[in-house]
Amino acid sequence: MEGMTKENMMNYNVNEKGYYGEFGGAFIPEMLYPNVEELRQNYLKVMAEPDFKKEFDQLLKDYVGRPSPLYFAKRLSEKYNTKIYLKREDLNHTGAHKINNTIGQILMAKRLGKTRIIAETGAGQHGVATATVCALMGLECIVYMGEIDIARQAPNVARMKMLGATVVPALSGSRTLKDATNEAIRDWINNPVNTHYIIGSAIGPHPYPDMVTRFQSVISEEIKWQLKEQIGRENPDYVVACIGGGSNAAGTYYHYLHEPDVKIIAVEAAGLGVDSGESAATSVLGHEGVIHGCKTLLMQTKDGQITEPYSISAGLDYPGVGPMHAHLCKTGRAEFMSITDDQAMNAGLDLCKLEGIIPAIESSHALAIFEERTFKPDDVVVVSLSGRGDKDLQNYIEYFKI
Amino acid sequence: MNRINKKLQEDKKLLSIYFTAGYPSLTDTVSIIEDLEKNGVDMIEIGLPFSDPLADGPTIQASSTKALKNGMTTEVLFDQLKDIRKTVSIPLIIMGYFNPMLQYGVEAFCKKCQEIGIDGLIIPDLPVDVYKEDYQAIFEKYGLINVFLITPQTSVERINFIDSVSNGFIYMVSSASVTGSSSGFGDVQTSYFKRIANMNLKNPQVIGFGISDHETFTQATEYAKGAIIGSAFIKHITENGASKTEDFVKSILN
Repeated sequence: MEGMTKENMMNYNVNEKGYYGEFGGAFIPEMLYPNVEELRQNYLKVMAEPDFKKEFDQLLKDYVGRPSPLYFAKRLSEKYNTKIYLKREDLNHTGAHKINNTIGQILMAKRLGKTRIIAETGAGQHGVATATVCALMGLECIVYMGEIDIARQAPNVARMKMLGATVVPALSGSRTLKDATNEAIRDWINNPVNTHYIIGSAIGPHPYPDMVTRFQSVISEEIKWQLKEQIGRENPDYVVACIGGGSNAAGTYYHYLHEPDVKIIAVEAAGLGVDSGESAATSVLGHEGVIHGCKTLLMQTKDGQITEPYSISAGLDYPGVGPMHAHLCKTGRAEFMSITDDQAMNAGLDLCKLEGIIPAIESSHALAIFEERTFKPDDVVVVSLSGRGDKDLQNYIEYFKI
Repeated sequence: MNRINKKLQEDKKLLSIYFTAGYPSLTDTVSIIEDLEKNGVDMIEIGLPFSDPLADGPTIQASSTKALKNGMTTEVLFDQLKDIRKTVSIPLIIMGYFNPMLQYGVEAFCKKCQEIGIDGLIIPDLPVDVYKEDYQAIFEKYGLINVFLITPQTSVERINFIDSVSNGFIYMVSSASVTGSSSGFGDVQTSYFKRIANMNLKNPQVIGFGISDHETFTQATEYAKGAIIGSAFIKHITENGASKTEDFVKSILN
């Protein structure tokens, strides 16, 4: 961001019409309009209420275990001759950043008088985080999950069931995350009055991307004071996060979007390679289009049919990217990198050996950039360690033949 | 005058049929349209299949997936329809999701529709607000009528707004549902039908979603100008073959 000052930077937040530059909006069937409009009219008001903030902060502290530590990874830093700090979202209750958003949305749903919660999930992390907060609040919970994902994520399916949720297989289309999202949207169409849809990523029709980003923004809010405490300044040189739909990234960037001295790096999953036909690198392979209610970059055929992405990480294989990230990409505010399955798996194992932390494969993508890109010795690089690797043990076992 | 407006002036209740282009076989599109007209259908919605049809139930999802597998694309559909006005004179509407149109280019899409003789479009995920601001001028330039949906949850204020932007008919979704999921109308639906009928909107209403047989068609058209059948027709041709439109249409009208 050469020559940028706080004063002349463009706006990277959502505008009053629900757009980030040319991306965003609410491209929804009329059947969803009353629900989405109710949310749009109320979300900022509700979030600003003192008793909402109090309850949200209290639960993040006592139930989720926040603040999550900002940890200086000494041995990893030595290896790459730079200063790497890990934001430990993996230490949250349920094992990832997803819970920040589900806590926020369940409180929102309660204030809007909703009694029934629906969600979509891919790998099951958002499903578990949703089932958890529904158990906490005593609300009915239905999670849509692709039939194929149900088969390959059995432990998370069991967790959701133990937490009292009903897991409904999505049998349409490719039977993965995108189809689970379609099914959740159809459920909302069929249940327009009593139901709130907890979207798990910074995607969907406005106001979802902004609402999810705000709930996740606690991540960068904490980084600011933690970094100040540890090195005497709030701003690192870089913030780095992996991106599927982009909720942990949105939270990691949020308070730095308008800080010109902080560079933003977004890490996508290249799968078997960007040109292999088996990839989820939306910023490279995607074109502007409409998916799940918003205009953004998405992977599609020339004819506008949405295609199936691939990544070893179930949390990154979404064919689109949140509209905020599409805007950050298009304007050059964020640097987008893509990391293959192999690079990510090796970076994950590296973190185990060097720091004693087993990362989620999603987060391993963000860690893999140090092999690809050089940083200066005194650069301060904050990486969002979005989740822990417990859920991925089977993948690690098979990949490394452990 | 647009064929849709002319048809709406006829002194009868209208039967409109939706089907997915390129289903059951890729080349069934034109013969299905011709058969439907021959058997007395008043208006046809030609479904342009989409990989992720959010507002549709299992029947139309399955027919869309199959049609795409058969090789249906926007280009193929336009090519299949290029001579349709030599044999068919009833109003033809293309119903599809916004992304394929966006990729084709909205203006190029509308221009092509005009060349072929398409009279209108139904795009469930293009909201009326966005349409009015960004696309209404283009649609009007090519003489296309855009049809909007209302549901039992749509507010009076928004119904009036939709009525003001519409210039053909209003598509009344019978109940809170995706396509093909309800059976029969109860008091809740009839009071909604009556409520809308009593609003005296400038655009006539055509009811869709949940119409599957003679009984539901009759119930719906007691309060509205016409009714649209989609999933039930697709089920019928799935079970009986694409050439069996006659007995289906007869079972609805008689």
